[in-house]
Amino acid sequence: MLELKRVNMHYKTKEQCIGVLQDISLQVERGEFVAIIGPSGCGKSTLFKLIGGLLTPTAGEVWLDGEEITGKTGHISYVPQHSTLFPWRTVESNAALALEIAGVPKKKALAEVRSWLPRLGLGGYELAYPDALSGGMQQRVSFLRALLSPQELMCLDEPFGALDALTRSEMQQWLLDIWEEHRRTVLLVTHSIEEALLMADRVYVLSPRPARVLAEVPVPFARPRTAATIALPEFVALRQEIHSMLASNKE
Amino acid sequence: MTNKLLRRSGPPLLAVVLLLVIWELYVKVYQVQAWLLPAPTAIIREALSNWPRVQMHTLATLEIALLGFFLGTAVGLVLAIVLHSLAPLRQALYPLLILSQNIPIIALAPLLVVWFGFGVLPKVLIIALMCFFPILIAALQGLDYPDGAMLDYMRMIGAKPAQIFLKLELPNSLPHVFSGLKVAATYSMMGAVISEWLGAQQGLGVYMRLAASSFRTDRVFVSIFVIVALSLLFFASIVYLERNLIRWNSRREGN
Repeated sequence: MLELKRVNMHYKTKEQCIGVLQDISLQVERGEFVAIIGPSGCGKSTLFKLIGGLLTPTAGEVWLDGEEITGKTGHISYVPQHSTLFPWRTVESNAALALEIAGVPKKKALAEVRSWLPRLGLGGYELAYPDALSGGMQQRVSFLRALLSPQELMCLDEPFGALDALTRSEMQQWLLDIWEEHRRTVLLVTHSIEEALLMADRVYVLSPRPARVLAEVPVPFARPRTAATIALPEFVALRQEIHSMLASNKE
Repeated sequence: MTNKLLRRSGPPLLAVVLLLVIWELYVKVYQVQAWLLPAPTAIIREALSNWPRVQMHTLATLEIALLGFFLGTAVGLVLAIVLHSLAPLRQALYPLLILSQNIPIIALAPLLVVWFGFGVLPKVLIIALMCFFPILIAALQGLDYPDGAMLDYMRMIGAKPAQIFLKLELPNSLPHVFSGLKVAATYSMMGAVISEWLGAQQGLGVYMRLAASSFRTDRVFVSIFVIVALSLLFFASIVYLERNLIRWNSRREGN
């Protein structure tokens, strides 16, 4: 589905050359949930901008479904770190945005959104404006916007990073349930090891800047996963392993 | 709602009333001559006794103020969109547009009269010239700088430039446009009076000038009061329109 082939990215300033990504290669298969984990500031956001086509890598290629999309926009659906809902749009109209951009008539898009909102615990909020919503609810609208958009690959950029711990774990469980039901192809970037292991089929561990792939870790736990999964001894051991891997690679 | 309105408008209203009372007392106690400074009650009495004439002049001023305001708004908005979309044109025209604001209206107005006569047209042009600029600048600000994360999002999911303009830049500019409209509204009344000063058959500017040259200071104040009241009313209707059009923004604004 998605393949990054030896992607390199560095910024040149007058004095020096700052490496951000170094020889990143990774794949995401259709219907797979893959997480990328790395220390904060390791260039994860740059990675998404490359996949999304906002930036062109210094070297390397991005492929999607057998087509090279290096530097091309419009091939992914996206859940940004902060919800970036449009304040002048109501909840339903925000959630319909990606469908509209894809050319779906507004009426049809809204009808589809309305059928989904109750399932996301947002029934009755159709006509509310985003600033009336809590952070968790805003993020759910942002998620629905991405879920409904026609691109198969969903890129989630630390979607729960700005939420408090309790809301965060609620949202993780909620996302797990939805994903296990629909099995969209997901690439999740996070700096929480627990989040990555709880959700993903496979985890890529990145080093600090310039980011390299330190390891590719398959996550063996059976689905459906719940809060109980986190307490499994295997889960704790794997978390510890990744933790020490990240710790030993600190600059 | 009424309670909140009362609490917010109470203090400024009280200040105005207090000022009028002090003014009245000062005039009465020191027996100030009416041609120097008439008392507020005298001004109101004059306004009421002379109302048909005041009304005629007021309507004339209001007419050109509104015409000029709408023309200026239309020009400002269209220019903003054109300059936003065409970067080279913007580079070429921007200095000229700023220059247009540096020409003293006092110097320009007689020229416009020479070109277009004493009718409504030169006056409307002066007002429009004063009004379009704040709207242009405000609208450009809103069109040029939408939230960076929102812009990234739109581009990443493949929005075309036209979609980005219609769905992001245009709505983003609306609150800015309203800031420009508020400035333009106050300019338009001022511009109307100034343009009438420079030659007109009717209007508050004419009324004011005639009154001043015949030492009818009370009438000068009548026209000042009417102009202030109209400006406030104009401003308030734009604020009202803004509250209703931009519902998402109303809670964030403090005024």
